[in-house]
Amino acid sequence: MRISTIAYELKQGFKNIARNWMFSLASIVTMAACIFIFGIFYSIVTNVNHIIKGVEEDVPITVLFDENVGDAVIQDVGRRIEGRPEVLEVKYVSAEEAWEGFRDQYFGDSKVAAEGFQDDNPLANSANYEVYVKEIEQQGDLVAYIEGLEGVREVRQSESAARTLGSFNRLVGTISIAIIAILLVVAIFLISNTISTGITIRREEIGIMKLIGATDFFVRTPFLLEGIILGLIGAAIPLAGLYVMYNQVIIHILERFKVLDGILQFVPVWQVFKVLLPVGLALGMGIGFFGSLFTTRKHLKV
Amino acid sequence: MIDLVDVSKTYSKGQPAVKNANLHIDKGEFVFIVGNSGSGKSTLIKLLLKELDATSGTVMVNGVNLKNMRRRQVAKYRRKLGVVFQDFRLLKDRNVYENVAFAQRVIGRPTRVIRKRVPEMLTLVGLAEKYKARPKELSGGEQQRVALARALVNRPDILLADEPTGNLDPQNAAEIMRLLEEINDRGTTVVVVTHNKEIVNAMKKRVVAMRKGVIISDEREGEYHYED
Repeated sequence: MRISTIAYELKQGFKNIARNWMFSLASIVTMAACIFIFGIFYSIVTNVNHIIKGVEEDVPITVLFDENVGDAVIQDVGRRIEGRPEVLEVKYVSAEEAWEGFRDQYFGDSKVAAEGFQDDNPLANSANYEVYVKEIEQQGDLVAYIEGLEGVREVRQSESAARTLGSFNRLVGTISIAIIAILLVVAIFLISNTISTGITIRREEIGIMKLIGATDFFVRTPFLLEGIILGLIGAAIPLAGLYVMYNQVIIHILERFKVLDGILQFVPVWQVFKVLLPVGLALGMGIGFFGSLFTTRKHLKV
Repeated sequence: MIDLVDVSKTYSKGQPAVKNANLHIDKGEFVFIVGNSGSGKSTLIKLLLKELDATSGTVMVNGVNLKNMRRRQVAKYRRKLGVVFQDFRLLKDRNVYENVAFAQRVIGRPTRVIRKRVPEMLTLVGLAEKYKARPKELSGGEQQRVALARALVNRPDILLADEPTGNLDPQNAAEIMRLLEEINDRGTTVVVVTHNKEIVNAMKKRVVAMRKGVIISDEREGEYHYED
Protein backbone atom coordinates (compact mmCIF):
# COMPACT_ATOMS: atom_id res chain seq x y z
CA MET A 1 0.00 0.00 0.00
CA ARG A 2 1.28 3.48 -0.91
CA ILE A 3 2.22 5.97 1.80
CA SER A 4 -0.29 8.46 0.36
CA THR A 5 -3.02 5.80 0.61
CA ILE A 6 -2.05 4.96 4.19
CA ALA A 7 -2.11 8.68 5.05
CA TYR A 8 -5.51 9.01 3.37
CA GLU A 9 -6.94 6.02 5.27
CA LEU A 10 -5.54 7.33 8.55
CA LYS A 11 -7.05 10.75 7.90
CA GLN A 12 -10.41 9.11 7.23
CA GLY A 13 -10.09 7.18 10.49
CA PHE A 14 -9.57 10.43 12.44
CA LYS A 15 -12.39 12.09 10.49
CA ASN A 16 -14.73 9.26 11.48
CA ILE A 17 -13.85 9.83 15.14
CA ALA A 18 -14.48 13.58 14.85
CA ARG A 19 -17.78 13.19 12.96
CA ASN A 20 -19.00 10.73 15.50
CA TRP A 21 -17.43 12.30 18.57
CA MET A 22 -20.15 11.48 21.12
CA PHE A 23 -19.92 7.75 20.50
CA SER A 24 -16.15 8.00 20.19
CA LEU A 25 -15.95 9.67 23.59
CA ALA A 26 -18.19 7.02 25.16
CA SER A 27 -15.96 4.29 23.70
CA ILE A 28 -12.80 5.96 24.97
CA VAL A 29 -14.26 6.42 28.48
CA THR A 30 -15.35 2.78 28.71
CA MET A 31 -12.05 1.57 27.36
CA ALA A 32 -10.24 3.82 29.83
CA ALA A 33 -12.28 2.39 32.73
CA CYS A 34 -11.48 -1.12 31.56
CA ILE A 35 -7.74 -0.54 31.28
CA PHE A 36 -7.67 1.49 34.51
CA ILE A 37 -9.22 -1.36 36.50
CA PHE A 38 -6.96 -3.82 34.73
CA GLY A 39 -3.96 -1.68 35.69
CA ILE A 40 -5.02 -1.38 39.32
CA PHE A 41 -5.60 -5.10 39.71
CA TYR A 42 -2.41 -5.91 37.88
CA SER A 43 -0.47 -3.63 40.22
CA ILE A 44 -2.07 -5.22 43.30
CA VAL A 45 -1.46 -8.77 42.07
CA THR A 46 2.14 -7.96 41.14
CA ASN A 47 2.82 -6.41 44.54
CA VAL A 48 1.16 -9.21 46.49
CA ASN A 49 3.18 -11.73 44.49
CA HIS A 50 6.30 -9.75 45.28
CA ILE A 51 5.49 -9.78 48.99
CA ILE A 52 4.78 -13.52 48.92
CA LYS A 53 8.07 -14.08 47.16
CA GLY A 54 9.73 -12.13 49.96
CA VAL A 55 8.03 -14.31 52.54
CA GLU A 56 9.11 -17.42 50.68
CA GLU A 57 12.68 -16.23 50.60
CA ASP A 58 12.79 -14.95 54.18
CA VAL A 59 10.90 -17.58 56.15
CA PRO A 60 12.50 -21.00 56.06
CA ILE A 61 11.24 -24.42 57.12
CA THR A 62 13.03 -25.54 60.29
CA VAL A 63 13.92 -29.23 60.57
CA LEU A 64 14.59 -30.44 64.14
CA PHE A 65 16.02 -33.83 65.07
CA ASP A 66 15.34 -36.54 67.62
CA GLU A 67 17.35 -36.37 70.84
CA ASN A 68 20.83 -37.90 70.71
CA VAL A 69 20.67 -38.49 66.99
CA GLY A 70 24.13 -38.93 65.44
CA ASP A 71 25.87 -36.55 63.05
CA ALA A 72 25.75 -39.20 60.33
CA VAL A 73 21.94 -39.20 60.40
CA ILE A 74 21.82 -35.37 60.39
CA GLN A 75 24.15 -35.22 57.41
CA ASP A 76 22.15 -37.87 55.60
CA VAL A 77 18.92 -35.90 56.15
CA GLY A 78 20.70 -32.76 54.87
CA ARG A 79 21.81 -34.53 51.70
CA ARG A 80 18.35 -35.87 51.06
CA ILE A 81 16.77 -32.44 51.50
CA GLU A 82 19.34 -30.81 49.22
CA GLY A 83 18.53 -33.40 46.58
CA ARG A 84 14.91 -32.24 46.36
CA PRO A 85 14.13 -30.10 43.27
CA GLU A 86 11.87 -27.65 45.16
CA VAL A 87 14.66 -26.69 47.59
CA LEU A 88 16.42 -23.39 47.02
CA GLU A 89 18.89 -23.48 49.89
CA VAL A 90 19.67 -25.54 53.02
CA LYS A 91 21.53 -24.08 56.00
CA TYR A 92 22.74 -26.09 58.95
CA VAL A 93 22.33 -24.39 62.33
CA SER A 94 24.13 -26.10 65.21
CA ALA A 95 22.70 -26.08 68.77
CA GLU A 96 25.26 -23.40 69.72
CA GLU A 97 24.34 -21.18 66.80
CA ALA A 98 20.65 -21.67 67.61
CA TRP A 99 21.23 -20.53 71.21
CA GLU A 100 23.34 -17.57 70.12
CA GLY A 101 20.65 -16.46 67.75
CA PHE A 102 17.95 -16.84 70.39
CA ARG A 103 20.06 -15.08 73.01
CA ASP A 104 20.75 -12.11 70.77
CA GLN A 105 17.12 -11.85 69.83
CA TYR A 106 15.59 -12.11 73.32
CA PHE A 107 18.18 -10.80 75.69
CA GLY A 108 19.66 -8.22 73.44
CA ASP A 109 21.76 -5.85 75.51
CA SER A 110 20.89 -7.58 78.81
CA LYS A 111 23.86 -9.93 78.59
CA VAL A 112 23.76 -10.41 82.38
CA ALA A 113 20.37 -12.11 82.20
CA ALA A 114 21.76 -14.60 79.71
CA GLU A 115 24.84 -15.40 81.76
CA GLY A 116 22.86 -17.92 83.89
CA PHE A 117 22.78 -20.19 80.88
CA GLN A 118 26.47 -19.92 80.17
CA ASP A 119 27.35 -23.57 80.72
CA ASP A 120 24.00 -25.03 79.99
CA ASN A 121 22.64 -24.56 76.47
CA PRO A 122 18.83 -24.67 76.85
CA LEU A 123 18.63 -25.40 73.14
CA ALA A 124 21.00 -28.37 73.25
CA ASN A 125 18.63 -30.38 71.11
CA SER A 126 17.94 -27.59 68.68
CA ALA A 127 20.46 -28.30 65.95
CA ASN A 128 18.45 -27.89 62.80
CA TYR A 129 18.34 -27.28 59.11
CA GLU A 130 16.82 -24.10 57.72
CA VAL A 131 15.34 -25.01 54.39
CA TYR A 132 14.32 -22.36 51.84
CA VAL A 133 11.88 -23.38 49.10
CA LYS A 134 11.62 -22.02 45.56
CA GLU A 135 7.82 -21.74 45.52
CA ILE A 136 5.57 -21.50 48.56
CA GLU A 137 3.07 -23.88 46.95
CA GLN A 138 5.68 -26.69 47.10
CA GLN A 139 6.21 -26.29 50.83
CA GLY A 140 3.47 -28.74 51.89
CA ASP A 141 4.88 -31.63 49.85
CA LEU A 142 8.41 -30.97 51.04
CA VAL A 143 7.34 -30.85 54.71
CA ALA A 144 5.51 -34.18 54.31
CA TYR A 145 8.65 -35.68 52.75
CA ILE A 146 10.98 -34.40 55.48
CA GLU A 147 8.64 -35.54 58.25
CA GLY A 148 8.95 -39.08 56.89
CA LEU A 149 12.75 -39.09 57.14
CA GLU A 150 14.47 -41.07 59.86
CA GLY A 151 15.75 -38.99 62.79
CA VAL A 152 13.48 -36.01 62.14
CA ARG A 153 11.56 -34.94 65.26
CA GLU A 154 9.67 -31.96 64.00
CA VAL A 155 9.32 -29.74 60.97
CA ARG A 156 8.25 -26.14 61.63
CA GLN A 157 6.84 -24.13 58.83
CA SER A 158 5.53 -20.59 58.51
CA GLU A 159 3.33 -21.07 55.57
CA SER A 160 0.11 -19.70 57.02
CA ALA A 161 1.02 -16.06 56.29
CA ALA A 162 2.20 -16.92 52.80
CA ARG A 163 -0.84 -19.06 52.18
CA THR A 164 -3.17 -16.25 53.29
CA LEU A 165 -1.43 -13.86 50.93
CA GLY A 166 -1.58 -16.45 48.17
CA SER A 167 -5.31 -16.90 48.70
CA PHE A 168 -5.81 -13.13 48.76
CA ASN A 169 -3.89 -12.85 45.53
CA ARG A 170 -6.02 -15.52 43.87
CA LEU A 171 -9.17 -13.74 45.08
CA VAL A 172 -7.94 -10.41 43.67
CA GLY A 173 -7.04 -12.15 40.42
CA THR A 174 -10.44 -13.80 40.11
CA ILE A 175 -12.36 -10.60 40.90
CA SER A 176 -10.23 -8.62 38.46
CA ILE A 177 -10.74 -11.16 35.68
CA ALA A 178 -14.52 -11.04 36.24
CA ILE A 179 -14.65 -7.22 36.24
CA ILE A 180 -12.32 -6.93 33.26
CA ALA A 181 -14.38 -9.49 31.33
CA ILE A 182 -17.56 -7.46 31.91
CA LEU A 183 -15.83 -4.22 30.94
CA LEU A 184 -14.31 -5.85 27.89
CA VAL A 185 -17.75 -6.85 26.67
CA VAL A 186 -19.05 -3.31 27.29
CA ALA A 187 -16.03 -1.77 25.54
CA ILE A 188 -16.36 -4.05 22.51
CA PHE A 189 -20.09 -3.31 22.36
CA LEU A 190 -19.53 0.46 22.51
CA ILE A 191 -16.74 0.43 19.94
CA SER A 192 -18.88 -1.74 17.70
CA ASN A 193 -21.76 0.76 18.11
CA THR A 194 -19.46 3.67 17.30
CA ILE A 195 -18.21 1.98 14.17
CA SER A 196 -21.68 0.98 12.98
CA THR A 197 -22.89 4.58 13.48
CA GLY A 198 -19.90 5.72 11.41
CA ILE A 199 -20.81 3.21 8.71
CA THR A 200 -24.39 4.49 8.65
CA ILE A 201 -23.21 8.10 8.33
CA ARG A 202 -20.86 7.14 5.51
CA ARG A 203 -23.16 4.68 3.76
CA GLU A 204 -23.48 6.82 0.63
CA GLU A 205 -19.74 7.36 0.41
CA ILE A 206 -19.13 3.64 0.87
CA GLY A 207 -21.61 2.91 -1.92
CA ILE A 208 -19.74 5.26 -4.26
CA MET A 209 -16.41 3.76 -3.24
CA LYS A 210 -17.67 0.29 -4.07
CA LEU A 211 -18.96 1.37 -7.46
CA ILE A 212 -15.72 3.00 -8.51
CA GLY A 213 -13.60 0.01 -7.64
CA ALA A 214 -12.46 0.32 -4.03
CA THR A 215 -11.37 -2.99 -2.56
CA ASP A 216 -12.97 -4.40 0.60
CA PHE A 217 -9.70 -3.71 2.37
CA PHE A 218 -9.70 -0.04 1.33
CA VAL A 219 -13.29 0.47 2.50
CA ARG A 220 -12.76 -1.29 5.81
CA THR A 221 -9.38 0.13 6.76
CA PRO A 222 -10.55 3.56 8.04
CA PHE A 223 -13.04 1.82 10.35
CA LEU A 224 -10.41 -0.60 11.62
CA LEU A 225 -8.04 2.31 12.19
CA GLU A 226 -10.81 4.19 13.97
CA GLY A 227 -11.26 1.24 16.34
CA ILE A 228 -7.52 0.95 16.94
CA ILE A 229 -7.15 4.70 17.57
CA LEU A 230 -10.09 4.69 20.02
CA GLY A 231 -8.57 1.67 21.76
CA LEU A 232 -5.13 3.23 21.98
CA ILE A 233 -6.41 6.56 23.33
CA GLY A 234 -8.67 4.70 25.75
CA ALA A 235 -5.67 2.69 26.99
CA ALA A 236 -3.05 5.47 27.03
CA ILE A 237 -5.05 7.85 29.27
CA PRO A 238 -5.52 5.47 32.24
CA LEU A 239 -1.99 4.09 31.89
CA ALA A 240 -0.56 7.59 32.15
CA GLY A 241 -2.83 8.23 35.14
CA LEU A 242 -1.77 5.01 36.83
CA TYR A 243 1.90 5.81 36.28
CA VAL A 244 1.50 9.10 38.10
CA MET A 245 -0.71 7.61 40.83
CA TYR A 246 1.38 4.52 41.57
CA ASN A 247 4.20 6.13 43.55
CA GLN A 248 1.80 8.53 45.27
CA VAL A 249 -0.28 5.60 46.53
CA ILE A 250 2.78 3.71 47.81
CA ILE A 251 4.07 6.81 49.61
CA HIS A 252 0.60 7.29 51.10
CA ILE A 253 0.39 3.67 52.30
CA LEU A 254 3.83 3.76 53.90
CA GLU A 255 3.12 7.09 55.59
CA ARG A 256 -0.23 5.97 56.92
CA PHE A 257 0.91 2.51 58.01
CA LYS A 258 4.42 3.21 59.26
CA VAL A 259 4.55 -0.17 60.95
CA LEU A 260 4.70 -1.79 57.51
CA ASP A 261 7.82 0.13 56.50
CA GLY A 262 10.60 -2.37 55.91
CA ILE A 263 8.19 -5.30 55.98
CA LEU A 264 6.39 -4.57 52.73
CA GLN A 265 8.64 -4.15 49.74
CA PHE A 266 6.65 -2.65 46.87
CA VAL A 267 7.55 -3.27 43.23
CA PRO A 268 9.06 -0.15 41.60
CA VAL A 269 6.81 1.59 39.07
CA TRP A 270 9.10 0.90 36.09
CA GLN A 271 8.99 -2.80 36.82
CA VAL A 272 5.19 -2.83 36.90
CA PHE A 273 4.98 -0.75 33.71
CA LYS A 274 7.50 -2.93 31.90
CA VAL A 275 4.62 -5.38 31.56
CA LEU A 276 1.56 -3.21 32.15
CA LEU A 277 2.34 -0.65 29.42
CA PRO A 278 2.69 -3.03 26.44
CA VAL A 279 -0.07 -5.31 27.70
CA GLY A 280 -2.45 -2.39 28.36
CA LEU A 281 -1.81 -0.79 24.98
CA ALA A 282 -2.08 -4.13 23.19
CA LEU A 283 -5.33 -4.83 25.03
CA GLY A 284 -6.77 -1.45 24.02
CA MET A 285 -5.62 -1.88 20.44
CA GLY A 286 -6.90 -5.44 20.30
CA ILE A 287 -10.34 -4.55 21.66
CA GLY A 288 -10.58 -1.63 19.21
CA PHE A 289 -9.44 -3.72 16.29
CA PHE A 290 -11.66 -6.73 16.93
CA GLY A 291 -14.65 -4.58 17.93
CA SER A 292 -14.48 -2.80 14.58
CA LEU A 293 -13.56 -5.95 12.63
CA PHE A 294 -16.72 -7.73 13.78
CA THR A 295 -18.82 -4.68 12.95
CA THR A 296 -17.35 -4.07 9.50
CA ARG A 297 -17.79 -7.75 8.68
CA LYS A 298 -21.40 -7.56 9.77
CA HIS A 299 -22.39 -4.22 8.23
CA LEU A 300 -20.02 -3.77 5.31
CA LYS A 301 -20.91 -6.38 2.79
CA VAL A 302 -18.61 -4.90 0.18
CA MET B 1 -17.08 -5.95 -25.45
CA ILE B 2 -20.48 -6.48 -23.77
CA ASP B 3 -22.46 -9.66 -24.37
CA LEU B 4 -25.74 -10.60 -22.76
CA VAL B 5 -26.89 -14.10 -23.64
CA ASP B 6 -30.41 -15.09 -22.57
CA VAL B 7 -30.10 -13.06 -19.37
CA SER B 8 -32.94 -12.98 -16.85
CA LYS B 9 -33.07 -11.36 -13.46
CA THR B 10 -35.88 -12.05 -11.03
CA TYR B 11 -36.02 -10.37 -7.63
CA SER B 12 -37.23 -12.41 -4.68
CA LYS B 13 -40.81 -11.32 -5.21
CA GLY B 14 -42.77 -10.54 -8.31
CA GLN B 15 -42.17 -10.47 -12.04
CA PRO B 16 -38.72 -10.80 -13.62
CA ALA B 17 -37.06 -7.40 -14.01
CA VAL B 18 -35.16 -8.61 -17.08
CA LYS B 19 -36.40 -11.48 -19.18
CA ASN B 20 -34.29 -13.46 -21.70
CA ALA B 21 -32.27 -10.45 -22.78
CA ASN B 22 -29.78 -10.87 -25.63
CA LEU B 23 -27.54 -7.93 -26.44
CA HIS B 24 -24.13 -7.36 -28.00
CA ILE B 25 -22.31 -4.03 -27.73
CA ASP B 26 -19.02 -3.49 -29.57
CA LYS B 27 -16.03 -1.55 -28.35
CA GLY B 28 -16.44 2.18 -29.01
CA GLU B 29 -20.21 2.08 -29.50
CA PHE B 30 -22.69 4.65 -28.15
CA VAL B 31 -25.90 2.93 -27.07
CA PHE B 32 -29.11 4.25 -25.56
CA ILE B 33 -31.17 1.85 -23.48
CA VAL B 34 -34.65 3.32 -23.32
CA GLY B 35 -37.93 2.46 -21.73
CA ASN B 36 -40.36 3.66 -19.11
CA SER B 37 -40.12 3.09 -15.36
CA GLY B 38 -40.05 -0.62 -14.53
CA SER B 39 -38.88 -1.62 -17.98
CA GLY B 40 -35.71 -3.21 -16.54
CA LYS B 41 -33.15 -0.79 -17.97
CA SER B 42 -31.64 0.15 -14.59
CA THR B 43 -31.48 -3.54 -13.63
CA LEU B 44 -29.49 -4.07 -16.81
CA ILE B 45 -26.95 -1.45 -15.67
CA LYS B 46 -26.75 -3.08 -12.23
CA LEU B 47 -26.05 -6.43 -13.88
CA LEU B 48 -23.21 -4.84 -15.86
CA LEU B 49 -21.82 -3.25 -12.69
CA LYS B 50 -22.12 -6.61 -10.92
CA GLU B 51 -24.22 -4.98 -8.26
CA LEU B 52 -26.63 -7.81 -9.08
CA ASP B 53 -26.12 -11.30 -10.44
CA ALA B 54 -28.27 -12.66 -13.26
CA THR B 55 -30.75 -15.31 -12.21
CA SER B 56 -29.99 -17.12 -15.46
CA GLY B 57 -28.03 -16.53 -18.65
CA THR B 58 -24.55 -15.12 -19.19
CA VAL B 59 -23.25 -11.57 -18.80
CA MET B 60 -19.83 -11.17 -20.46
CA VAL B 61 -17.79 -7.96 -20.31
CA ASN B 62 -14.37 -7.77 -21.96
CA GLY B 63 -14.50 -11.54 -22.38
CA VAL B 64 -15.08 -12.17 -18.65
CA ASN B 65 -18.16 -14.02 -17.45
CA LEU B 66 -19.38 -11.96 -14.50
CA LYS B 67 -20.99 -14.97 -12.88
CA ASN B 68 -17.60 -16.66 -12.44
CA MET B 69 -16.02 -13.54 -11.05
CA ARG B 70 -14.80 -13.85 -7.44
CA ARG B 71 -15.73 -11.20 -4.89
CA ARG B 72 -12.20 -9.87 -4.65
CA GLN B 73 -12.03 -9.47 -8.44
CA VAL B 74 -15.13 -7.28 -8.55
CA ALA B 75 -13.30 -4.14 -7.38
CA LYS B 76 -10.68 -4.47 -10.12
CA TYR B 77 -13.39 -5.15 -12.70
CA ARG B 78 -15.27 -1.99 -11.72
CA ARG B 79 -12.15 0.10 -12.26
CA LYS B 80 -12.60 -0.55 -15.98
CA LEU B 81 -16.07 0.99 -15.78
CA GLY B 82 -17.12 4.57 -15.27
CA VAL B 83 -20.54 5.18 -13.81
CA VAL B 84 -22.81 8.22 -13.66
CA PHE B 85 -26.16 8.45 -11.87
CA GLN B 86 -29.24 10.65 -12.10
CA ASP B 87 -28.68 11.96 -8.55
CA PHE B 88 -24.95 12.64 -9.19
CA ARG B 89 -23.88 10.90 -5.95
CA LEU B 90 -21.19 13.41 -5.08
CA LEU B 91 -19.64 13.62 -1.63
CA LYS B 92 -21.23 16.72 -0.15
CA ASP B 93 -18.47 17.39 2.38
CA ARG B 94 -15.76 17.58 -0.29
CA ASN B 95 -15.05 20.08 -3.02
CA VAL B 96 -15.02 19.44 -6.77
CA TYR B 97 -11.33 18.55 -6.88
CA GLU B 98 -11.61 16.13 -3.95
CA ASN B 99 -14.67 14.45 -5.44
CA VAL B 100 -12.81 13.67 -8.64
CA ALA B 101 -9.58 12.79 -6.84
CA PHE B 102 -11.59 10.41 -4.65
CA ALA B 103 -11.99 8.00 -7.58
CA GLN B 104 -8.23 7.86 -7.95
CA ARG B 105 -7.57 7.59 -4.24
CA VAL B 106 -9.76 4.53 -3.78
CA ILE B 107 -7.77 2.63 -6.37
CA GLY B 108 -4.48 3.70 -4.78
CA ARG B 109 -3.15 6.10 -7.42
CA PRO B 110 -0.12 8.12 -6.24
CA THR B 111 -0.68 11.77 -5.40
CA ARG B 112 1.49 13.02 -8.28
CA VAL B 113 -0.77 11.18 -10.77
CA ILE B 114 -3.88 12.53 -9.06
CA ARG B 115 -2.54 16.09 -9.29
CA LYS B 116 -2.07 15.67 -13.01
CA ARG B 117 -5.21 13.72 -13.93
CA VAL B 118 -7.83 15.60 -11.93
CA PRO B 119 -7.22 19.04 -13.53
CA GLU B 120 -7.24 17.36 -16.96
CA MET B 121 -10.66 15.90 -16.30
CA LEU B 122 -12.01 19.12 -14.83
CA THR B 123 -10.82 20.96 -17.93
CA LEU B 124 -12.54 18.37 -20.15
CA VAL B 125 -15.89 18.93 -18.40
CA GLY B 126 -15.35 22.71 -18.20
CA LEU B 127 -15.08 23.04 -14.44
CA ALA B 128 -11.38 23.79 -13.98
CA GLU B 129 -12.24 27.19 -12.51
CA LYS B 130 -14.60 25.76 -9.93
CA TYR B 131 -12.33 23.12 -8.45
CA LYS B 132 -12.72 24.53 -4.94
CA ALA B 133 -16.52 24.69 -4.97
CA ARG B 134 -18.65 22.33 -2.90
CA PRO B 135 -21.45 20.40 -4.64
CA LYS B 136 -24.17 22.57 -3.03
CA GLU B 137 -22.60 25.65 -4.66
CA LEU B 138 -23.01 24.13 -8.15
CA SER B 139 -26.00 23.85 -10.48
CA GLY B 140 -27.42 20.41 -11.36
CA GLY B 141 -25.62 20.43 -14.70
CA GLU B 142 -22.33 21.32 -13.07
CA GLN B 143 -22.76 18.60 -10.47
CA GLN B 144 -23.37 16.06 -13.21
CA ARG B 145 -20.24 17.25 -14.99
CA VAL B 146 -18.27 16.65 -11.78
CA ALA B 147 -19.76 13.15 -11.62
CA LEU B 148 -18.72 12.66 -15.24
CA ALA B 149 -15.17 13.80 -14.51
CA ARG B 150 -15.05 11.37 -11.60
CA ALA B 151 -16.31 8.55 -13.81
CA LEU B 152 -13.67 9.28 -16.45
CA VAL B 153 -10.64 10.03 -14.33
CA ASN B 154 -9.64 6.35 -14.13
CA ARG B 155 -9.84 6.06 -17.96
CA PRO B 156 -12.54 3.41 -18.08
CA ASP B 157 -13.19 1.19 -21.10
CA ILE B 158 -16.93 1.56 -20.66
CA LEU B 159 -19.01 4.45 -19.33
CA LEU B 160 -22.40 3.51 -17.87
CA ALA B 161 -24.78 6.41 -17.36
CA ASP B 162 -28.06 5.76 -15.55
CA GLU B 163 -30.50 8.59 -16.39
CA PRO B 164 -27.69 11.20 -16.47
CA THR B 165 -30.05 13.97 -17.57
CA GLY B 166 -32.97 13.02 -15.34
CA ASN B 167 -32.50 15.97 -12.98
CA LEU B 168 -31.37 18.52 -15.55
CA ASP B 169 -33.02 21.25 -17.63
CA PRO B 170 -32.87 20.80 -21.44
CA GLN B 171 -29.85 23.08 -21.87
CA ASN B 172 -27.75 21.27 -19.23
CA ALA B 173 -29.01 17.90 -20.49
CA ALA B 174 -27.80 18.78 -24.00
CA GLU B 175 -24.42 19.83 -22.60
CA ILE B 176 -24.01 16.52 -20.75
CA MET B 177 -24.94 14.59 -23.90
CA ARG B 178 -22.40 16.60 -25.89
CA LEU B 179 -19.74 15.62 -23.36
CA LEU B 180 -20.76 11.97 -23.53
CA GLU B 181 -20.47 12.08 -27.29
CA GLU B 182 -17.02 13.65 -27.03
CA ILE B 183 -15.94 10.93 -24.61
CA ASN B 184 -17.28 8.32 -27.02
CA ASP B 185 -15.33 9.93 -29.86
CA ARG B 186 -12.15 9.37 -27.81
CA GLY B 187 -12.84 5.62 -27.87
CA THR B 188 -14.80 4.91 -24.69
CA THR B 189 -17.86 2.69 -25.06
CA VAL B 190 -20.86 4.63 -23.73
CA VAL B 191 -24.10 3.04 -22.53
CA VAL B 192 -26.80 5.54 -21.52
CA VAL B 193 -30.02 4.50 -19.81
CA THR B 194 -32.67 7.16 -20.32
CA HIS B 195 -36.29 7.91 -20.98
CA ASN B 196 -35.54 11.37 -22.38
CA LYS B 197 -37.21 11.16 -25.79
CA GLU B 198 -35.90 14.50 -27.12
CA ILE B 199 -32.29 13.67 -26.49
CA VAL B 200 -32.47 10.17 -27.91
CA ASN B 201 -34.19 11.41 -31.05
CA ALA B 202 -31.71 14.25 -31.48
CA MET B 203 -28.57 12.12 -31.16
CA LYS B 204 -29.32 9.47 -33.81
CA LYS B 205 -27.43 6.70 -31.99
CA ARG B 206 -28.14 3.02 -31.47
CA VAL B 207 -31.32 2.60 -29.40
CA VAL B 208 -32.21 -0.54 -27.44
CA ALA B 209 -35.79 -0.38 -26.16
CA MET B 210 -37.10 -2.37 -23.20
CA ARG B 211 -40.60 -2.98 -21.94
CA LYS B 212 -41.47 -5.03 -18.84
CA GLY B 213 -37.99 -6.57 -18.78
CA VAL B 214 -37.94 -7.61 -22.41
CA ILE B 215 -35.80 -6.06 -25.17
CA ILE B 216 -38.41 -5.18 -27.73
CA SER B 217 -36.24 -3.51 -30.34
CA ASP B 218 -32.62 -2.71 -31.18
CA GLU B 219 -32.07 -0.11 -33.94
CA ARG B 220 -29.02 1.61 -35.37
CA GLU B 221 -29.63 5.39 -35.45
CA GLY B 222 -32.94 4.68 -33.76
CA GLU B 223 -35.55 6.90 -32.20
CA TYR B 224 -37.54 6.81 -28.98
CA HIS B 225 -41.01 5.91 -30.12
CA TYR B 226 -41.95 3.31 -27.60
CA GLU B 227 -44.80 3.97 -25.18
CA ASP B 228 -46.38 1.64 -22.62
